[in-house]
Amino acid sequence: MPAPLLVPALLGVAFLVLPLLGLLVRAPWSEIGPQLARPGVGEALRLSLVSATLATAVSLVLGVPLAWVLARSQLRGRSVLRALVTVPLVLPPVVGGVALFLVLGRQGILGRWLFEATGFSLPFTTAAVVIAEAFVAMPFLVISVEGALRAADARFEDAAATLGADRWTTFRRVTLPLVAPGVAAGAVLCWARALGEFGATITFAGNFPGTTQTMPLAVYLTLQREPEAAIVLSLVLLGVSLATLLLLRDRWLGRGAVT
Amino acid sequence: MSLAAHVVVRRGSLELDVQLAVADGEVLAVLGPNGAGKSTVLRVLAGLLPPDGGRVVVDGDQVWDSPEDHRPAHERSLGMVFQDHLLFPHLSVTDNVAFGLRTRGVRRADARTTAGDWLARVGLTGLGDRRPGQLSGGQAQRAALARALVGEPRVLLLDEPLSALDARTRLTVRAELHRHLTDYAGSAVLVTHDPVDAMALATRVVVVEDGRVVQAGTPAEVARRPRTDYVARLVGLVLLAGTAAGTTVELDGGGTVAVAAEAHGPVFVAVRPESVALYLSRPAGSPRNVWPLRLVTATPHGSVVRCDLTGEVALTADVTATSFAELGLAPGAEVWASVKASEVAVYPR
Repeated sequence: MPAPLLVPALLGVAFLVLPLLGLLVRAPWSEIGPQLARPGVGEALRLSLVSATLATAVSLVLGVPLAWVLARSQLRGRSVLRALVTVPLVLPPVVGGVALFLVLGRQGILGRWLFEATGFSLPFTTAAVVIAEAFVAMPFLVISVEGALRAADARFEDAAATLGADRWTTFRRVTLPLVAPGVAAGAVLCWARALGEFGATITFAGNFPGTTQTMPLAVYLTLQREPEAAIVLSLVLLGVSLATLLLLRDRWLGRGAVT
Repeated sequence: MSLAAHVVVRRGSLELDVQLAVADGEVLAVLGPNGAGKSTVLRVLAGLLPPDGGRVVVDGDQVWDSPEDHRPAHERSLGMVFQDHLLFPHLSVTDNVAFGLRTRGVRRADARTTAGDWLARVGLTGLGDRRPGQLSGGQAQRAALARALVGEPRVLLLDEPLSALDARTRLTVRAELHRHLTDYAGSAVLVTHDPVDAMALATRVVVVEDGRVVQAGTPAEVARRPRTDYVARLVGLVLLAGTAAGTTVELDGGGTVAVAAEAHGPVFVAVRPESVALYLSRPAGSPRNVWPLRLVTATPHGSVVRCDLTGEVALTADVTATSFAELGLAPGAEVWASVKASEVAVYPR
């Protein structure tokens, strides 16, 4: 292997892996138990898992049909639509949070109407956490499912049509089962992204322990007061992320899934 | 007529304009080279592709396609068999066959029972619980046939159903397909580029080239009296066009051919390559069709050597390997070719 490729490649690996090793080295292993048992830690972890799961559910319900429209419909301006859908992917999450606040906040375009009608205001609630996470994470699912749909042989859908299946039946009974691995991979990716969401969440949902303080927010705030506790929280997130990755590789990506 | 179609599709370089009529119990083969638009015709009949013009009418009054109306595939009573079977990989063979019944509201248990009966009819008893991936090519195509026929459709469409199979399997599946097509009461349309499929399975043949029907008739008529070079080559004949006056045909490309039957006006002359004899010197006696020609290529073709000849008349001769060796011919060699007038078919253009 030529050195001009090998050396930067090795440096790249070190760059990506060393910080994680550092986390492991600096971890106060003896204090992990007590640290995890502290009030607030379990709460933040539970809130993170629940809100990431809900955000993934929202993304599945909205994102899979959206991916279908992008991949299969004859709609004019599909490329524009795709570009719009992927904007949250490249947008700084903080900007997303501000945008959500301006639309869904108590004084927002839609939020004002919601508040006047029901007296309910979205920001600084757990629902806001789910919305912020779904906003940031759903494009991952859409892109992944759209790719799977494009790779799947559309002639199976023709065959279903000749057997009397309308497009909805075809979608449920043929298309969705065919792209299930892609949907699953997209859902895991989406869930992992939602779990780590920070910027949009803290901007739109705030940082209230028990209702909106997810793990990443807890890590950031603890780091300033008690670095040891922040390391422990980080380890937990690292563990969850690694588990997700293993799940992805073994269960879906390994079986030649289309993503 | 139970299926009457006029299919017009314009797509890039393809200008398709084809008329078909298929009676109940009839199997119409659409024969043509790749890219002629055969499969496009089938996709229009299936409702998978809205045509740019024309009509598709079933039973005289069910309009499937017209300039005003397009009935989508799932609202047509049809079954379709694809070249590579397209069995749903995530369903068992039984569920694949039952699929068309389930979409039409048949209860699951009943649909599976009927599917089982059909699997027995196509000789797949006991394989219903397998996934399509666990079937051989022939078995998969049989299952695909059962899946297409289970709903007793008015129209059965077969898109190159045998061409993905290996030669031996093709033989047995073709025979079985023939049996099922004979039993089938509706109208069947078979698209193929293999003349053997068309001859063996169809009651009538249309030949499509460049988006147009160039010939229609029974398989025997098409085989005996081809009207284009493509068909002639498929059925192993040399086709020459000319103008007849009595028993002499003046060929369009120059030269004359003597024929036994009297004819007048524009005609086709068809010559079987095995009826062409080759000599190193002008043959004795006085056969009426003798031409000095030059050998272009010689290729082994089964037990004979196929010699493409050029000169006054472009001919192909099949000679046995032994006589080819005795003649000692090489490309470029001068030979005399002769055909008996009685061996030459002549029919109006």
